[in-house]
Amino acid sequence: MKVLRFGRAAAVISVAALALTACGTDSATDTPAEATGDNGSAESTVTGTLTGSGASSQGAAMTAWQNGFQEANPDATVQYAPDGSGAGREAFLAGGTQFAGSDAYLDEEEHAAAVEVCGPDGAFNIPAYIAPIAVAFNLPGIDELNMDAETIASVFRGDIANWNDEAIASQNEGVELPDQAITVVHRSDESGTTENFVDYLAAAAPDVWTDEVSGDWPAEIVAENAQGTNGVVSTTTSTEGAITYTDASAVGDLGQVLVEVGEEYVALTSEAASLAVEVAEPAEVEGAPEVDMSYNLDRDTTESGAYPIVLISYHVYCTTYADQETVDLVKAFGSYVISEDGQGDSADSAGNAPISEGLREQAQAAIDSIAVAS
Amino acid sequence: MSTKTVSPNTLRRDGDSGQSGDKIFSTASLLAGCLILAVLFSVAIFLLGQALPTFAADPSEISGGNGFFSYIWPIVIGTVIAATIALILATPIGIGVALFISHYAPRRLAQGFGYLIDLLAAIPSVVYGAWGYAVLAPQLAITYDWLANNLGWIPIFEGPASNTGRTILTAGIVLAVMVLPIITSLSREIFLQTPKLHEEASLALGATRWEMIKMSVLPFARPGIISAAMLGLGRALGETMAVALVLSGGALNASLIQTGNQTIAAEIALNFPEAFGLRLSELIAAGLVLFVITLAVNVIARWIISRHKEFSGAN
Amino acid sequence: MTRRPSQFTKNKLPRWAIWAVLAGALILGAAFSALLGFSLVTMSLFAAIFFVVGGTAASGAVEGSRKAKDRLATYLIYGAFIVAVLPLLSVIWTVLERGLPGMTSDFLFRSMNGLTGAIDNQTVAEGTPVLGGAYHAILGTLQITLWATIISVPVGLLAAIYLVEYSTGGPLSRAITFFVDVMTGIPSIVAGLFAAALFGLIFGPGTRTGFVAAAALSVLMIPVVVRSTEEMLKIVPNELREASFALGVRKWRTITKVVIPTAISGIASGVTLAIARVIGETAPILVTAGFARGINLDVFGGWMSTLPTYIYYQIITPTSPTSTDPSIQRAWAAALVLIILVMMLNLAARLIARMFAPKTSR
Repeated sequence: MKVLRFGRAAAVISVAALALTACGTDSATDTPAEATGDNGSAESTVTGTLTGSGASSQGAAMTAWQNGFQEANPDATVQYAPDGSGAGREAFLAGGTQFAGSDAYLDEEEHAAAVEVCGPDGAFNIPAYIAPIAVAFNLPGIDELNMDAETIASVFRGDIANWNDEAIASQNEGVELPDQAITVVHRSDESGTTENFVDYLAAAAPDVWTDEVSGDWPAEIVAENAQGTNGVVSTTTSTEGAITYTDASAVGDLGQVLVEVGEEYVALTSEAASLAVEVAEPAEVEGAPEVDMSYNLDRDTTESGAYPIVLISYHVYCTTYADQETVDLVKAFGSYVISEDGQGDSADSAGNAPISEGLREQAQAAIDSIAVAS
Repeated sequence: MSTKTVSPNTLRRDGDSGQSGDKIFSTASLLAGCLILAVLFSVAIFLLGQALPTFAADPSEISGGNGFFSYIWPIVIGTVIAATIALILATPIGIGVALFISHYAPRRLAQGFGYLIDLLAAIPSVVYGAWGYAVLAPQLAITYDWLANNLGWIPIFEGPASNTGRTILTAGIVLAVMVLPIITSLSREIFLQTPKLHEEASLALGATRWEMIKMSVLPFARPGIISAAMLGLGRALGETMAVALVLSGGALNASLIQTGNQTIAAEIALNFPEAFGLRLSELIAAGLVLFVITLAVNVIARWIISRHKEFSGAN
Repeated sequence: MTRRPSQFTKNKLPRWAIWAVLAGALILGAAFSALLGFSLVTMSLFAAIFFVVGGTAASGAVEGSRKAKDRLATYLIYGAFIVAVLPLLSVIWTVLERGLPGMTSDFLFRSMNGLTGAIDNQTVAEGTPVLGGAYHAILGTLQITLWATIISVPVGLLAAIYLVEYSTGGPLSRAITFFVDVMTGIPSIVAGLFAAALFGLIFGPGTRTGFVAAAALSVLMIPVVVRSTEEMLKIVPNELREASFALGVRKWRTITKVVIPTAISGIASGVTLAIARVIGETAPILVTAGFARGINLDVFGGWMSTLPTYIYYQIITPTSPTSTDPSIQRAWAAALVLIILVMMLNLAARLIARMFAPKTSR
């Protein structure tokens, strides 16, 4: 009898489950998005599922890439978990994923480890996502301020504690600076954004910023903090006199700092960010394959018009994969991501800076070299 | 099941099969118990194995550069502070609410209230975090300012107060709100199970309602209340997302209303995604420490329960 | 003609006295809070303190200290309830206020497949309704939680039965009780990592499916089930068991027919709590089930999303970083869905409990 009652309950539950599964749609929009004509037909033969994980900074861009790629290749699926760069590289090197997204390129040790899963040539990085980092502040009525690297470093260290400090005022003649305490807001989670920002400060203002460069904010500097890009931006937006650093796409209505490069103050634009990557030096890590494209940004560049606070997020691919199907899939996806279409799609969605033509050619060559393991 | 005939005693209709039934049932329950031990054992092995590189590493390679102990110490204290605040606030209130539902509120309303409280245990921690961050912290910032101005001579309320309100005290309050339903829900069930006879006997002897509760309900429920508080503490100690969202953490700080302090669970959650190699092992070692803290707390709780065993109404 | 006070109401505060104390407390509260700069919060705080003190004092003067203590306890317990309910109502209100606008049929019955930041940007620019839904996450949550429950409830229930009914307090049972307590302290992320590592060992690295997530959640769920079930079984009066044994009923049938039904309401409540504890977990799901944007009905293959991971990612990495409002709205709506889901679950548990519970005086 109880069994019967359980049975009845189970029946009800299963019917309900069936009903529930029957009425959903596996699409967010009504109209199937129009097929992108130019690269559709040629590559639509690839099939299978490509799995990757890594940097959460690429999350929004990856969404755009997934959609764009799947529109062009209806039989292929790309899944990406924004677990974080470290987790992504680890999963990739353990053979759990076919590619990784990472805010840092593979180091020597990791290149050595990559030989295990990727064949004798190991794995290589290509820059896929270039995101300028804005220094943003909340001062009503002020949209732009000029600062050199030393000033930015002193502000974030807490040495300059008020907005009307002489150091800021002298660079901003004609701007009415309020007598207001500066509230520094930093990321509480470890992140590539922090690492790149701190790296810039350490390179461009070495006398002021003496702390170690890492993805963690230096523990000695006590300041307000919040989790994630969204967290710092909303904290800054709600606190008058606050200053923070954030992915440029999320700045919203906050004021932005123009950064001194050489003799002039450079505003943050996609072009200025791309230029900074263009003049960056190849990292040439020991053990990396020839096609590897890792860069060390030249933070104290004097190149006119370059904006030096930039985050490069890489895609990490193997030089060889086990079978032809995976190779085709990886090549198709890799090519799409760096293509004008792919970079355009992600720029529309995520607001990143597209990679330059020169980088694209080099990256395309690298992707073309992917082969089946012999 | 035969129709029309008088149904036989359902308790005995199995006849001989009872013996094997007994055996199967007792073996199954024993196995379940052992399975739990096995799982916990393998979790412990996993933790130890992953944490080992941290203990073997050179002290200068650990975050902070002074070895694992100086890295973990501040966040252990932070964890303890946050969990203590949560328990100090939530336990009395939780017991009060449970008593209200079981013995004070009108019967019909009581069910609804009980339901409401149960429901609140289910709100995901992300939501509590977002609430604490967006709604509670700005409200508390004003209070903290007042505390700093008027009670600033007490070290824990030393000013200047944080102007976002996202301090360890706020995190503790959010945790208290989160564990409150757990404590309430379990203690209520136990209060309801107090033998009616005990209650009626003390009322008949002329006890007031409070005396009845003090003399018959609470002694009966004490081990259960401690159990409930421990479950709540477990959640408070291990809570990640809510603390990560609410707390604007930092170095160890005696003042509860300034920016500072961090908990182990939040430290893990915030740094885990970008961690690899030694850093990952460090975070897992931090998890291991959290594990040990819980163990210690439970030992103490068990000891308290066993000391009060003679008062328990359960056999 | 004056009525002599009744023997029964002697030494009892008349009804109006409490209202008088309340009025006095309100006035005093208003006055004190005006000193600090008037606000409703401080006023009610002061009024509450004055009322409790005043009521107790009045009762103590007229009715004697025992009655006064009783009154004080009553006030404090009512006060505890009010203090507890305020933040809880605030949480619910916040979720309702921010979640309701996003609760459309599209949200409930569509996935996020095909939604990009560009669409969100367009939505904000043109002011059209927010697209994209949580259907895939709802299904994922249901499936993963169902499997976690299927694994942990039998194990937890049997283990609790072993502890209460079979063990004789030997080292094994003491070990189990103790380590179950310890298990409640496993940080959830560790449970996730453990499950990921375990399945990685068996099925190759990078195995992420709904089932791995269910296993991870079980690690978190079992101790809660054991702990609450154990407490509930313990308070089943021994007389019931003895009566059953005396009738010649076998032990296992005594347990299934007498002990468990008596405790079923508490057990159901405990299981619901356990489910509630894990259904909102984010961290272990991220490392075990991956992160899907479309529907997946197979717990043994492919990645899955659940509502908490959905909420987390919508908040932490909005679909469009430039216009986050649609993502935030979806996150709150998903939180509301999750709460409603748990509410229904809770109801179901109560129904089951009522169906099986024996009729008692309560």
